[in-house]
Amino acid sequence: MSDRLSVFKTYKLFVGGKFPRSESGRVYEVTDSKGNWLANAPLSSRKDARDAVVAARKAVGGWSGATAYNRGQVLYRVAEMLEGRRDQFVAEVAEAEGLTKAKAVAQVDAAIDRWVWYAGWTDKIGQITGGTNPVAGPFFNVSSTEPTGVVAVLAPQESSFLGLVSVIAPAIATGNTVVVVASEKAPLPALSLGEVLATSDVPGGVVNVLSGRTAEIAPSLAAHQDVNAIDLAGADAGLAKELEIAAADNLKRVLRPQAVDWAAAPGTDRMTAFLETRTVWHPTGSLGAGGSSY
Amino acid sequence: MADMASPKAFAYAPAPESRAVVDIAPSYGLFIDGEFAEATGGKVFKTISPSTEEVLSEVAQGSAEDVDRAVKAARKAFEKWSALPGAERAKYLFRIARIIQERSRELAVLETLDNGKPIKETRDADLPLVAAHFFYYAGWADKLDHAGYGANPRPLGVAGQVIPWNFPLLMLAWKIAPALATGNTVVLKPAETTPLSALFFADICRQAGLPKGVVNIVTGDGTTGAALVAHEGVNKVAFTGSTAVGKAIARTVAGTDKKLTLELGGKGANIVFDDAPIDQAVEGIVNGIFFNQGQVCCAGSRLLVQESIQDELLDALKRRLSTLRLGDPLDKNTDIGAINSAEQLARITELADSGEAEGAERWAPACDLPENGFWFRPTLFTGVTQAHRIAREEIFGPVLSVLSFRTPGEAVAKANNSQYGLSAGIWTEKGSRMLAVASKLRAGVIWANTFNKFDPTSPFGGFKESGFGREGGRHGLEAYLDV
Repeated sequence: MSDRLSVFKTYKLFVGGKFPRSESGRVYEVTDSKGNWLANAPLSSRKDARDAVVAARKAVGGWSGATAYNRGQVLYRVAEMLEGRRDQFVAEVAEAEGLTKAKAVAQVDAAIDRWVWYAGWTDKIGQITGGTNPVAGPFFNVSSTEPTGVVAVLAPQESSFLGLVSVIAPAIATGNTVVVVASEKAPLPALSLGEVLATSDVPGGVVNVLSGRTAEIAPSLAAHQDVNAIDLAGADAGLAKELEIAAADNLKRVLRPQAVDWAAAPGTDRMTAFLETRTVWHPTGSLGAGGSSY
Repeated sequence: MADMASPKAFAYAPAPESRAVVDIAPSYGLFIDGEFAEATGGKVFKTISPSTEEVLSEVAQGSAEDVDRAVKAARKAFEKWSALPGAERAKYLFRIARIIQERSRELAVLETLDNGKPIKETRDADLPLVAAHFFYYAGWADKLDHAGYGANPRPLGVAGQVIPWNFPLLMLAWKIAPALATGNTVVLKPAETTPLSALFFADICRQAGLPKGVVNIVTGDGTTGAALVAHEGVNKVAFTGSTAVGKAIARTVAGTDKKLTLELGGKGANIVFDDAPIDQAVEGIVNGIFFNQGQVCCAGSRLLVQESIQDELLDALKRRLSTLRLGDPLDKNTDIGAINSAEQLARITELADSGEAEGAERWAPACDLPENGFWFRPTLFTGVTQAHRIAREEIFGPVLSVLSFRTPGEAVAKANNSQYGLSAGIWTEKGSRMLAVASKLRAGVIWANTFNKFDPTSPFGGFKESGFGREGGRHGLEAYLDV
């Protein structure tokens, strides 16, 4: 052990590509699984949540308008950046979740690979969710999917990093932007992820990370009229019902909490939950022998 | 630099891309089982720069024994490669995509030197598409269950792949990326006149840490390709090239279990209706037939123009052709580069001469051709009938045959009057007309109000004697899966 005194990191929120403290000036104590102090995390207010929605909304146009190929490269860049900071996340996940180093390594490696998995989906999800429809008439008819907009995400409470990545990446892969509420008792990996995203070509506002009390922040997100969808992964049954009722006010798309093995290969459901399908009709005319109608 | 614009036009200063970015070795062996090795018997041939005829390097002439070694290496590697989790194969392919992006300027200059095409094309079209293709298929490697071919679709085994000289590295990407993503291993034979970028790709495989034997590159001529296609250890044959060779390959694999995909010739019709925006159509026509000196299988080599706008369109087209700049392919302002080989130049010359002999009217802008190298002026023929050889045969050069039509039905009939069915273009402001015509064209790729657009997500391939099978997109996976 060196005599040198280490420098602590001030953990901050990640909103609009910047790292603000909570506007409320509040923090809460984050401890490891044995109760030892790790850091003071921002205790976000409802106002912080509203600010994050504004930032997320601002980013929708650019991010959803980027080519799928571009989004794929940006997500892959996140994996590249995480790989370089693997040790840091292994340490944070081990402390946050009380895991052995080997188990924390498995979590972080799976999280890096998950970014790669979704990087590959950006330009393929439309190919399996859309297509032409053989309508009975002289029409070209094509359905394609597009992102729903701003998605509020309550990150899983137990899986502080792999679970977190597993809910953020699918939402943004398709072009949504997100406001994510980190695991309440283990928010530090999420706040550090903000630092990775900030250096990964992810445009500011595409991912916004809040820490604090889920039950305090989530209701304002669920009721927010400029939020299009909500992922309730990190809500318990009681809170989830309350939030789903609030979300009905502007008919948010709701992904209910379910038992998920975050280590297992994901399907496409976390992407399709936040997609809208648009169908376009166009007359085709005809080249009939007896003259034509075009 | 030969300037075809009027002598009073603003003169361009030379703007050559630096050759210093690429280091070509004096000789290259075959890349088999992760190592470079001489060909059995040590035979070599020279590869030259078609714009100067300068010798760039010597490469090995692969023999049947070399092909056998390569196929065996690929077979040995197949067991482990195909058993890797898709996510791990994906990560290798992502690495390759990223390294190609990093080295893209080097590869663009190399490709321009070896092929003769303008640097603005290799830099802005070939190389970005190459990287994108690997990136796209990387993402499929762990998602094959979602591709619509049932659960856990299996690879075929060893793929023997033979590619042409017109887009050397891009055709390599179209072949290797889907093959590897689906779990196959490959033996690839690049074209005789453009072997270098494939050999540089071997070095990229080394940098990416790709397991030995997964990719093998065997250079050589047509006999090398024939040996590869005929090899008993090959499970899949993929060929891009001429229809004549494609037919020969189809005969070779007859009676075997080899899965075959062919991407062959074309005689694309570019149909311009009277309501088309003329200036955009002219750009599309120029791009359609003069991109890559017209050495493109999907080139819009037949212009079908509605009679009422023919004069206006041709005037505008000739004006535009007079501004094209032909010369040093490394110059960033060059539009028209060199023809790839003396042999190809002779073929173009012979077919163009037949056009005159058969009674069509030839026109080309005044322009000087460089003394060395292989060059052909951008040329168009009017008064072309459907019986003329220049309307029927693939010229694979910067030669446009102009025909006219009166009704959409006539346009469709003329467009489809071809042994080929690879591409077509439709220029009209009216969506319903575009869709009606498109639905009647027997062609695999149809561009509306654009031309020569490519994307890894979009399937490419032909109808009729332009071949079968698709490359690119979800459809492109099928060629390499046992489905």
